[in-house]
Amino acid sequence: MSRTILICSGKGGVGKTTLTANLGIALARQGSSTAVLDADFGLRNLDLLLGLENRIVYTAQEVLAESCRLEQALVRHKQEPNLSLLPAGNPRMLEWLTPDDMQKIVGLLEDRFDFVLIDCPAGIEDGFKNAAAASKEAIVVTTPEVSAVRDADRVIGLLQTRAIEPIQLVLNRVRPRMMANQEMLAVSDVTDILALPLLGLVVEDEQVIVSTNRGEPLTLNGSRSPAGLAYNNVARRLRGEEVPIVDPSKEPQGMRAKLSRLMQTKIF
Amino acid sequence: MTLRDLIDKLLGRQAASASTARQRLQLVLAHDRSDLNPELLEQMRREILEVVSRYVEIDLDEGDVSLETEDRVTALVANLPIKRARTTPLPASAAPA
Repeated sequence: MSRTILICSGKGGVGKTTLTANLGIALARQGSSTAVLDADFGLRNLDLLLGLENRIVYTAQEVLAESCRLEQALVRHKQEPNLSLLPAGNPRMLEWLTPDDMQKIVGLLEDRFDFVLIDCPAGIEDGFKNAAAASKEAIVVTTPEVSAVRDADRVIGLLQTRAIEPIQLVLNRVRPRMMANQEMLAVSDVTDILALPLLGLVVEDEQVIVSTNRGEPLTLNGSRSPAGLAYNNVARRLRGEEVPIVDPSKEPQGMRAKLSRLMQTKIF
Repeated sequence: MTLRDLIDKLLGRQAASASTARQRLQLVLAHDRSDLNPELLEQMRREILEVVSRYVEIDLDEGDVSLETEDRVTALVANLPIKRARTTPLPASAAPA
């Protein structure tokens, strides 16, 4: 049984594409054949994060128009051949695909892959609706900031009306020190407000920028960086493994951290 | 309220921003989720008070109708202290303001 998972957030810039790229590579390395579909054709970037920007010849549009076969449009990753990229369209495209087209293309992918990850465009307009039409499950990415949480809430409402299930949460760009000092929404604040099960927690990590510069996702080279490990854990949980989630703001870090945890004690 | 919030309050300092963020989010999400704008909510509040006050005398200054959200379920919560019950309900048109 193939699993089709929408990766969305509502707000832009919270880390959808980075999660899609790292999760795709991690799932592939762990043995699941995986396709990543870039549904954001106007501002597509998944190719860039995967280092595949020079290898795109065809897109889903040509497959649908039957001017090429699916195998020709799929871009297989050289170092991780278990992963393939399919761009939905190219930025010069004037007309967008319909929800039906999207379902057709995902149907083709589901026949060949264990996981199909759909990188959703930001916003809740047509691009989102198209991507959601073809999805069965969803991962909502958010950061511990009011605007990102609010937008995530809108998206969750829309996913629920489409009976997409399960919807799980990845909390991205967590700054443990700020959280411990209560200058950032706590993990429990976000999970309580959005009422979603937490699938992963990724700390802010400079290595993410380094890896996007190179076009090599952190999960590709078995990086031990905090974000790389977190992405790997998300993949393991998706594959059904039990991997505990550690709240980095509650990790022991010496006297200062102990004091700040004492200050967080709920008194009433 | 956390220990830190209490100390901040005692020292007259600004509270840590996370709790402000949480409160602002909860409020804005209650409104987002119910799709009720503040104007409609105010109109509904007035009409609810009108209906209730036909049956019981309520303390209009203490009364409060608001939206609260927990676990993605938004509830309309009315807190209306009753002064005394009316023996016969007032007619619909004669509702006091």
